[in-house]
Amino acid sequence: MASLLGRFCRKLVVPGSAHGSRMISTTACDSEAVKSLNLYSAINQALHIALETDPRSYVFGEDVGFGGVFRCTTGLAERFGKNRVFNTPLCEQGIVGFGIGLAAMGNRAVVEIQFADYIYPAFDQIVNEAAKFRYRSGNQFNCGGLTIRAPYGAVGHGGHYHSQSPEAFFCHVPGIKVVIPRSPREAKGLLLSSIRDPNPVVFFEPKWLYRQAVEEVPEHDYMIPLSQAEVIREGNDITLVGWGAQLTVMEQACLDAEKEGISCELIDLKTLLPWDKETVEASVKKTGRLLISHEAPVTGGFGAEISATILERCFLKLEAPVSRVCGLDTPFPLVFEPFYMPTKNKASSSSSLSSPLKKKHYLIMGLHVWCRYWMQSSPLLITSHSICFFR
Amino acid sequence: MAQHLKSSKSTFLNVLRHSLAFGSPSHASRHLRQKLPHGGPPSIKKVSPNPLTRLCNTMVDTLSSSHEDTNNESFTNIQVMDFPGGKVSFTPEIHFISESNEERVPCYRVLDDNGQQLPNSQFVPVSKEIAVKMYSDMVTLQMMDNIFYEAQRQGRLSFYATAYGEEAINIASAAALSPDDVIFPQYREPGVLLWRGFTLQEFANQCFGNKSDYGKGRQMPVHYGSNKLNYFTVSATIATQLPNAVGAAYSLKMDGKDACAVTFFGDGGSSEGDFHAAMNFAAVMEAPVLFICRNNGWAISTPTSDQFRSDGVVVKGRAYGIRSIRVDGNDALAMYSAVHEAREMAIREHRPILIEALTYRVGHHSTSDDSTRYRSADEIEWWNKARNPLSRFRTWVESNGWWSDEAESDLRSRIKKEMLEAIRVAEKTEKPNLNHMFSDVYDVPPLNLREQELLVRQAIKSHPQDYPSDVPL
Repeated sequence: MASLLGRFCRKLVVPGSAHGSRMISTTACDSEAVKSLNLYSAINQALHIALETDPRSYVFGEDVGFGGVFRCTTGLAERFGKNRVFNTPLCEQGIVGFGIGLAAMGNRAVVEIQFADYIYPAFDQIVNEAAKFRYRSGNQFNCGGLTIRAPYGAVGHGGHYHSQSPEAFFCHVPGIKVVIPRSPREAKGLLLSSIRDPNPVVFFEPKWLYRQAVEEVPEHDYMIPLSQAEVIREGNDITLVGWGAQLTVMEQACLDAEKEGISCELIDLKTLLPWDKETVEASVKKTGRLLISHEAPVTGGFGAEISATILERCFLKLEAPVSRVCGLDTPFPLVFEPFYMPTKNKASSSSSLSSPLKKKHYLIMGLHVWCRYWMQSSPLLITSHSICFFR
Repeated sequence: MAQHLKSSKSTFLNVLRHSLAFGSPSHASRHLRQKLPHGGPPSIKKVSPNPLTRLCNTMVDTLSSSHEDTNNESFTNIQVMDFPGGKVSFTPEIHFISESNEERVPCYRVLDDNGQQLPNSQFVPVSKEIAVKMYSDMVTLQMMDNIFYEAQRQGRLSFYATAYGEEAINIASAAALSPDDVIFPQYREPGVLLWRGFTLQEFANQCFGNKSDYGKGRQMPVHYGSNKLNYFTVSATIATQLPNAVGAAYSLKMDGKDACAVTFFGDGGSSEGDFHAAMNFAAVMEAPVLFICRNNGWAISTPTSDQFRSDGVVVKGRAYGIRSIRVDGNDALAMYSAVHEAREMAIREHRPILIEALTYRVGHHSTSDDSTRYRSADEIEWWNKARNPLSRFRTWVESNGWWSDEAESDLRSRIKKEMLEAIRVAEKTEKPNLNHMFSDVYDVPPLNLREQELLVRQAIKSHPQDYPSDVPL
């Protein structure tokens, strides 16, 4: 899967496409020095660069001093000192509140929340302080230097409190940005952009990919722009939109669909707030079909926002209802994880079945999930298939 | 680990002592090291080769009674244990620390209720200039509150909150600080802005939300902010500013500034989680921040007896390892001295300080509140008369020959004129342009906001009668 991931992440957008060519990262790939890195190493590299390039930047959170529970902060305290890279007390509202204060004084505060599942005590600080800091002051003050990093998403055995995908809560807060990378190279560039963006950013890292995803990552300082979605696979029959680790699942589905003669266009949203409607709209106007997939529960998930927007903008071009293949409306279960994940068999709604055929053949989507049991034991592969039917 | 075993045993104990990240010894063990006799390191009976086992095992030191210190019999046969965090002596008696001290923490004051200096009072002297400005600003604050309150009652302002009874806290604390100290207010401290030079016109502009409001009309009245005066914009959420102040203080420390962060909150605010988060962070990060609690007895209708069961807020400082003081908040000289000393300690020693200023909220919580519904008018009246911060300080200032009735009436008539003019101007100044609804959400408006602005403008064009006409487009 890693090599597949690597292959797809390098896919270039055809120049002259409607989306233009804005693939800064891909051009860098060919000529610059690169190193094979996993996700946590790529993030680590980004943090090293961030602290190196701005002497008024700080990294802190629970356990970051020794390198962090996911090793994302390895070597930072030794290199930059305990005054700039330090452990905090176990208190998310304090961590984020302290970070806001630092950022308000013109520093860059890169704050780590140990698991996205634990971010909620900081929600008040994020919504009522960080998001409104600039607006309420009439731009006299801002805390744009704040970046909040948190590992999110399924990991195979995380259960309720080590698997959550809370991005939807944050997408409803004007004033912050929400960014989710899909791979090591993306993560490094997006994290550097997030840190340097003059707005507070919540950066969710797919923990499943911390060790599992390995990719050639350029060693230099580079940034990937925010609020620009990327078409990572071109196609004509259906548009798929996702972010983070779910893209690896969707890429598998695209490969399977290709065997059936269905051409899929896959889009990585990257930034969920503010999100790039134009790229998705252009793609759906071309393909006429949209499938959104995320791990978070389907009700009120961010897929609903994408669906509603695309419906408003592309209604007459749609040949089938927008489909959402998402997590279920339950707390994230342990034993039932393979059934919970957006892999279950799902029949599309009746309206899509009755819509006229394009190219007069059935569109069959397969979604594969690779559950890997992590940590000490050697990876155990469990696959399950799910099929969506579209006409 | 093995190397340490070969060297002195006291080094070994230090290794076990789990010092804090910043290298400073824990407060607990510092306290104990003073108490324990000078006697040498304990003898180690059994040492496991496994460092973890060594850490986890309880080490019992028996110090013999044959030491020079003959005064403390209690030190004979003292048993001491090492745990992460430092040494603790232990006792075979089951004893619970009382929930409160026998006596309440005494309150520092310099002036009595009549404004006479107490005998043997310690305080930081203030010059005539400072004293006169302090008193004048207290009067100005009170009059500003009077006139804005009335304006709200007349329907000219949507909302207002007064600081009656807390003028000394507002002005005296501001006077004791430097202009470089950054302020994170709650919402009842406009006096700090006033001291620093915010004009009555600037206050009025924010209250009326006109185009001269630095906040661009986005917030309710009294949500002031001024970057040039180092006063962070008020947010109505309680105590959320406290952890922010700690981060700002840390920044000042790292930048080597001769300045501290100062944050205000009420008795109610001390119940919020952010208070505890901020206090703990401030202590661990060794941040130069002053936590000034205006304990005015009420959080809207909730008296302090429904707010906490501790001896007020001052005792909470010790729980976090923070030096604290309780002050008479209606005594301008005491407030000035306490804040002055606290600021010096905070900056010089890189530590937070907690100041509990006892006072009384003479006014209603806000114009949306009628406090006679939950407390007696007599009680309010008593505080306004008997413990009035203005009259007490005025007596002291006059006793120095620095004030007079004439000065008082001159001041009051000048302020009244200025206030009425400020309101007149603010009221007729136009509101901020509609585009300011969409600016500053981010540094640059994203596409979705640009689209929404177009939609709103279209709606206004088709139905202008449904929208306020005083907002320029």
